[in-house]
Amino acid sequence: MSFSVPNRRIVLTATASLVATGASGLFAPALAQDIAPTPSMRGGANNYLPGAPIVERIGSGGFLMSGTVRRAGDGAPLAGQRIQIWAHTTEGHERDPHSHGATLTDENGVFRLEMPQIVPAFGQPHGHLAYDGEDFETVFLRPVMRRAGDTSLSADFVLKPA
Amino acid sequence: MNSVKATLIWFALTLAVTVPVFVAARSPLLAWREPVYIAAGFAGVIAMALLLAQPLLAGGYLPGLPARRGRRVHRVVGAALVLAVIVHVAGLWVTSPPDVIDVLLFRSPTPFSLWGVIAMWGVFAAAFLSVVRRRLSLRVWRIGHTSMVGLVVATSAVHAILIQGTMGTVSKTVLCLLALAATTKVILDMRVWRHLFHKRG
Repeated sequence: MSFSVPNRRIVLTATASLVATGASGLFAPALAQDIAPTPSMRGGANNYLPGAPIVERIGSGGFLMSGTVRRAGDGAPLAGQRIQIWAHTTEGHERDPHSHGATLTDENGVFRLEMPQIVPAFGQPHGHLAYDGEDFETVFLRPVMRRAGDTSLSADFVLKPA
Repeated sequence: MNSVKATLIWFALTLAVTVPVFVAARSPLLAWREPVYIAAGFAGVIAMALLLAQPLLAGGYLPGLPARRGRRVHRVVGAALVLAVIVHVAGLWVTSPPDVIDVLLFRSPTPFSLWGVIAMWGVFAAAFLSVVRRRLSLRVWRIGHTSMVGLVVATSAVHAILIQGTMGTVSKTVLCLLALAATTKVILDMRVWRHLFHKRG
């Protein structure tokens, strides 16, 4: 009776396929039931002005801020959630009230708001977003653009029921 | 030193200091900034330029300004450097208070700001040592002031390079490298480390 000791290649391949299986497919359904809430980012709340009005666009537009809002746990899209957005743009500083605006998510939990071009301020081209409503815990985000010349930026919220 | 060489050294220093300021002055970002923010930014650019002048003055490398006279100018420029740092931080504070508070409390999301805060305290410490210098032994003075300014130049360079601001990438990098090189040279020439091993000196 022959008996072969597993060589290094077989061990490596077996290990790799096990890791790949775990990372990609088999356990995904279990994870979908437990989507973690998005934590607030450092500095996200800086220059926040509560109660920014819902607007068609901020200023004269030209730059797109977009993203999604989902519920923690099952990841269900949340419609009608109010997201507030502000940034240092070609039309004003972060602290200027006219640099602030808000929009609502659609039935797919997606929000899109046009705003003036974001320009680097305090060393980074970045935007600010806030969810500050009754039904879920408050979240402040501060995404940074890859390049100062980008004309869009996105940020996704996963909210934890309050 | 002959006059041609002297002229060239001063010309090179003038270029190294003024070109970054002129490039920053042409930055498109200025169009979207208020005067206080612009002043704060330029105070930072000028502080970086002064960091190149300081070691050259301390080492007596500049024609017409040998060590003794050079150090008198070094003290004046040092005071200007402290002032520039204060204007830089105060101007940014006025522009966006919560961002500067985060930076000073080491909780800012921007990595470059950490290096800036370390550099600021280093400048203040180096200046404080020079004010109380007469009460210090030469050993404590030399090691203290040198280690502080070494820290300041290194952290300021990292701070400046990581920032996406008004400075041009090339002129900013050249200025930082020159400041680092000049600081290294004066530390080597003065053999500051000998004070570490000999108690009397």
